[in-house]
Amino acid sequence: MTTTVHRQFTFTQAAIALAIALFLMLFLIVPVLMVIYVAFANPDGGLTLQHFASFFQISLMRESFWNSLIVATLSVVFASLIALPLAYFTVRFEFRGALLIQTLGILPLIMPPFVGAVAMQLIFGRSGSVNLLLGEWFGFNLPVMQGLNGVIFVEALHYFPFILMNLVVSLNNIDSSMEESAQNLGASGLRLFRRIVFPLAMPGYIAGAALVFIKVFDDLGTPLVLNVTNMLAPQAYLRITSVGIEDPIGYVISVLMIGFSLFALWASALVLRGRDYATMQRGYSGLAKRRLKPWQTVIAYGWIILVLLLVLSPHIGILLLSFGNIWSFSVLPDSFTLDHYKTVAQDSPRMVWNTMLYCGLAATLDIILGTAIAYLILRTKLPMRRSLDFMASAALAIPGVVLAIGYLRTFRGVQLPFMDELLTSSWILIMLAYTVRRLPYALRSCMAAMQQMHVSLEEAAENLGASKQRTIYRIVVPLMAGGILAGFVTSFMTAAVELSATIMLTTAQNDAPMSYGIYLYMQSAAGRGPGAALGVLAVVIVALGTYFSHRLIRSRAADQEARPLQKIEV
Amino acid sequence: MKIRSLLKFGLVAATLCAFSAPVLAQQVLSIVTSFPKDLTEVYKRAFEAKNPGVKVEILNKGTSAGVAYVREAPATNKPDIFWASAPDAFEVLSKDNLLAKYDGKNPAVPAKIGSYPINDPKGYYYGQALAGYGLMWNTRYMKANKLPEPKEWLDLTKPVYFGHVAVSSPSRSGTTHLTVETILQGEGWTKGWREMLQIAGNSAAITERSFGVPDGVNNGQFGIGLVIDFFGLSAKASGFPVEFVYPSVTAIVPANIGLIANAKNADMGKKFIAFTLSEEGQLLLLDPKISRLPVLPAIYAKAPKDYPNPYGGKIKAKVNFDSDLSESRYYVVSAIFDQTITFRHKELVAATKAINEAAEKIAKKPNPPAQKLLAEARDLAYTPIVSDEKIKDKEFLALFRDTKRDALKTKQLTGLEEYWNSSARKNYAKVIELAGQAAALAK
Repeated sequence: MTTTVHRQFTFTQAAIALAIALFLMLFLIVPVLMVIYVAFANPDGGLTLQHFASFFQISLMRESFWNSLIVATLSVVFASLIALPLAYFTVRFEFRGALLIQTLGILPLIMPPFVGAVAMQLIFGRSGSVNLLLGEWFGFNLPVMQGLNGVIFVEALHYFPFILMNLVVSLNNIDSSMEESAQNLGASGLRLFRRIVFPLAMPGYIAGAALVFIKVFDDLGTPLVLNVTNMLAPQAYLRITSVGIEDPIGYVISVLMIGFSLFALWASALVLRGRDYATMQRGYSGLAKRRLKPWQTVIAYGWIILVLLLVLSPHIGILLLSFGNIWSFSVLPDSFTLDHYKTVAQDSPRMVWNTMLYCGLAATLDIILGTAIAYLILRTKLPMRRSLDFMASAALAIPGVVLAIGYLRTFRGVQLPFMDELLTSSWILIMLAYTVRRLPYALRSCMAAMQQMHVSLEEAAENLGASKQRTIYRIVVPLMAGGILAGFVTSFMTAAVELSATIMLTTAQNDAPMSYGIYLYMQSAAGRGPGAALGVLAVVIVALGTYFSHRLIRSRAADQEARPLQKIEV
Repeated sequence: MKIRSLLKFGLVAATLCAFSAPVLAQQVLSIVTSFPKDLTEVYKRAFEAKNPGVKVEILNKGTSAGVAYVREAPATNKPDIFWASAPDAFEVLSKDNLLAKYDGKNPAVPAKIGSYPINDPKGYYYGQALAGYGLMWNTRYMKANKLPEPKEWLDLTKPVYFGHVAVSSPSRSGTTHLTVETILQGEGWTKGWREMLQIAGNSAAITERSFGVPDGVNNGQFGIGLVIDFFGLSAKASGFPVEFVYPSVTAIVPANIGLIANAKNADMGKKFIAFTLSEEGQLLLLDPKISRLPVLPAIYAKAPKDYPNPYGGKIKAKVNFDSDLSESRYYVVSAIFDQTITFRHKELVAATKAINEAAEKIAKKPNPPAQKLLAEARDLAYTPIVSDEKIKDKEFLALFRDTKRDALKTKQLTGLEEYWNSSARKNYAKVIELAGQAAALAK
């Protein structure tokens, strides 16, 4: 820190900024750089591209590379196909389905995709309920769950809400006068949509699509559960766990995965660059709403119900599985029982507790860091304060598998102080991975909350004699409370269903969180039911969290008449 | 102020949790195992009940991931016990001096099963349960698809089972590695691979995890699966509509348990191993959710009536499993399987389909040139990429054995694997062409 003539920040502020920067360096930047370094390192210390050459020599790796690309792209395409009509219905028409659509936008997000995948296998699989019925009635089968199809199907159904929610927001922000002008000039129907409405909604769509692409690229649990391994994330996991932490190919895959994440973010920024989407004046916000014509009502409700059924199928499936006794080559389980829940209550309260502990700690750390960073950025003139935001947000582009590999490598052999345990085999690392990965979400919440609070309130407090610390405690934090709590809940819930980093960092069963427990249970014949029961439990916890955070945000929005929209990102 | 007190509370609670753990520190016994939670949970609970103050920590890893984990754990912080099915994994561990040698066997356990020693003759690890390999099928699936019940591996090569079988890959699962190695040792290298390739060609999927096979059979995704016995037996005992048989080309092999060298808690580790080998510990294997074959012959008297007894001569295991042989070519077998089967499965299935179709046509209208073409296609499709001579070549094997990989070695190996892979792809394409010609001739 340079001390210029007029210092515009206090020593405490600088110290806090430095501490945060150190934390992020240690648990985000260094591990990621380590991964990148190993991918390019020669055993003698020099740099080489040899590992990349080896990677592309292995046809399995080339295949995985293309498969990941294809799956991520097609998931975006199918997610868009589901989301576009739904978004359009909500914004364009006055009808009661809008509430249904909002529900639709939340439902998939509360279930981790890998849990859904197990249920989808039973419903849409080779001998799943749907195919058994189709085979019996019409004599054909739909291979939706086979190989890559299954991954695309599950991912598209799980992630389409990202596109839906972003699209709805940007459609609502379109000035209706734009549309009216177009209509006056003679455009209507599809042409109007294609030339005016969709381009204006582009920013929201691109943001959602990029997010879906990154999420799908990063997802490890779903392909593993569906037995698909010729994709990059599973290959990275398998190389590192079975060949060993020295295997360079695992690092090469990691670098490629980071590359694709960055590429998706960069491409979405590029598409939007140089275009001005802000519309001049806002007569009334949003597109003009119309009433549905009867045939439109039929189509709209038909589509909504179809999507609703698809979206609900993993939930129904996992619920049936958790209550079902034996479910084999039949449309429904043979009989129903509560035994699986009993087993879970007996065996796994520890896992539920672990999830609460890790995610609670991670979310707490997240909001502390988030509030501190938001304050430093918005209320101080610390030099380079933006770089904190940049560093924290960089976590968005880092796949969980990659971060975990970075941790395992960077902290290899590091002993915990005062304990006879390795950092890499302790739960603390899992918790830290959650903290780092979910920090961007909490940070956004905190930033938004602080932006909405006028600085004059703090100035008033200081004028009345309160110190900086006192102002923060008595004015800033209480006023931000809603935003901070929303950030906490978002971090907590999304961490609760994380599997990519979890599966690599969990060593002992006693330290396993629920997400890993579900995966573990699913590895034996008698464990499928209890696994599903644990899955239902996780879904319920996350659903309750979502519900309360929504209520919180809504009541807060009503209080302050502030910007009402807070997106929940998983 | 609410938030502040909430935060404070959270922090205090967190700190308490973090530091209460070591304060209450019990003796922790950590076990690396590939066994499912159903099995480990039962043993954990029983052992903890008998030894108050001891906490059993289960580290659930796939066999090969478990080996990697033990190898990479720093010398000062090794886990205590390694417990898994595949004897080869124990061979790998003991060769690398990662297992501790001590005398802890239960004298009531016979020295051998067939001609296979139950306990490691060098004293590094002990047989804890017996396992055979066999076929498991879903009775509802078989009925719906009108499939006959298989008895032998060879049955699965028949066209009638096309698309109904499932196997896992030996590189992913230690037990599948054993199954494949059993077939290779029982039938011989060339004939064994021929069978394996045909079975794989009939398979609907090569699953990622060994459990993917029984799981798929349980829920009816697949008709028949190649599995280790307890997968079939435990599913049946849990009520799934499945059946299990031991084919004659099977080997009964012990699943083992061993003390890791420089274990943190060696005494407790020895105690746990002794417990698993005792009558009390062996009896736990009969739990329906576990359904494994005890090594202690006396236990079978307490087993349900139909429980398979490997000591009673009911299971005819023709193969005397040679674990040295298996260990010497461990990575090669996995690599061949992956490059020519797992990663080229789509092409192999297409080739098998073409052969089956041609064979059907020729069977209706016999035609010698067509038969010759078909035989040629079969040879091309089902001959292993590595010949019988080559697999005995020490230098060739050494290339795969070394775990140290520098850039050059990596390049050499990946080059070889790539060659296998692309040859397999080319061969399968050629097979489809040949079979097509054969079918055309038979018209």
